[in-house]
Amino acid sequence: MRVVISNSAGLPLYEQIKDQIKAAILSGELAEGDALPSVRVLARDLRISVITTTRAYADLAQEGFVASVPGKGAFVLAVDSMLVREQLLRDVEDGLGRALHAAHLAGLGRDDVVLMLDTLLAQDAPPTPSIEEGHLQ
Amino acid sequence: MSDTAIAVSHLDATRGTFHLRDVSFELPSGFVMGFVGPNGAGKTTTIRCLLGMLAADAGELEVLGRRLPAAADLRQDIGVVLDHAYLVGEWRLSEVERALRPFYLRWDAAQYARLLDGFHLDRATRVKELSRGQSMKLMIAVALSHHARLLILDEPTSGLDPVARDELVGILGDFLTDDDHSVLFSTHITTDLERIADYVAVIDDGRIVASSTKDELLDSFRLIRGGPEDLADPTGLMGLRRTESGVEALARTVDLSRLDGDLLVEVPTLDQIVVKIGARS
Repeated sequence: MRVVISNSAGLPLYEQIKDQIKAAILSGELAEGDALPSVRVLARDLRISVITTTRAYADLAQEGFVASVPGKGAFVLAVDSMLVREQLLRDVEDGLGRALHAAHLAGLGRDDVVLMLDTLLAQDAPPTPSIEEGHLQ
Repeated sequence: MSDTAIAVSHLDATRGTFHLRDVSFELPSGFVMGFVGPNGAGKTTTIRCLLGMLAADAGELEVLGRRLPAAADLRQDIGVVLDHAYLVGEWRLSEVERALRPFYLRWDAAQYARLLDGFHLDRATRVKELSRGQSMKLMIAVALSHHARLLILDEPTSGLDPVARDELVGILGDFLTDDDHSVLFSTHITTDLERIADYVAVIDDGRIVASSTKDELLDSFRLIRGGPEDLADPTGLMGLRRTESGVEALARTVDLSRLDGDLLVEVPTLDQIVVKIGARS
């Protein structure tokens, strides 16, 4: 598992950790049932506080990406669980919301935005097939 | 196993003309607490009370679940690094081990050897020949070689170069992979240990200014800057510094709403909090 944290990213450390583990799970690098390093080992390796890694794992558990088993550690859950799907849909909605806001500021109309989206979709096959297209419409 | 590694409540103590007043803080078991404040704020005096080297005038101290004063065997569970060397200058580092070993039931010779090697300390060297940084490393090696559950470090990074400070952070990280292990370290200014601290207690002039998780602490203060006419009312502001071009101070986040003017508000670093709280006007 690869976690690279930045001191100047402007994002809290626990969010950087959470985002990167999430990405590893969604890309399939971490599979269902894989054990994450313990919060203490990860804290040692990243040289950050245990509270920070604990927070990242708690958030991942709450979002349905991992399950914490007391005394055993944290394990990756299946990606297609409902919670993960919801989370991803929320991410998509958030991203589109931000894009629409920017489009509004730039004075772009609906057609411009749709054209842009089509272009992007044509360029770029989705990295993971975790959401069927039907859900997004 | 206790839930709190260290619990200090309403501690008063006197050392010469210096007084600790109503010092309270708590370090849960399994975590690191940074004990920060300017020189002369009371860090070492508090630590001396925790180690039973100084009697409290009032208040209660609990270490690893045991009320102080406790029996001598509590010493087995505590690794200590003090800001002055306590070892005999004529001893060679190999003799240090021979002298200290009888006091510890769980002395780990292999661990001691490993740490000396890691710090590039030669067993044939005499204690008095060590530089300040090297004697600090020697004390760290001793503190970590008897399977302590709690490390109490007084200014462990003073005298250490950046490479050795980084090594210390790594060593503490290894120590903390056991969730029954805890660390209290005092320091005046440090950025390298800021990242690994779970809890922070800030002390100034013998009183605790703030004690909480590090994130809560950083959240509860803001660094504010403005033009020379801003912040006319200094009530509640810490480390106010006014120049011809502007003004800078530390405020509690809860007080922000009653400050007016076109102010720049930033989250401070731990260093900035210590500097501002310690700044005497």
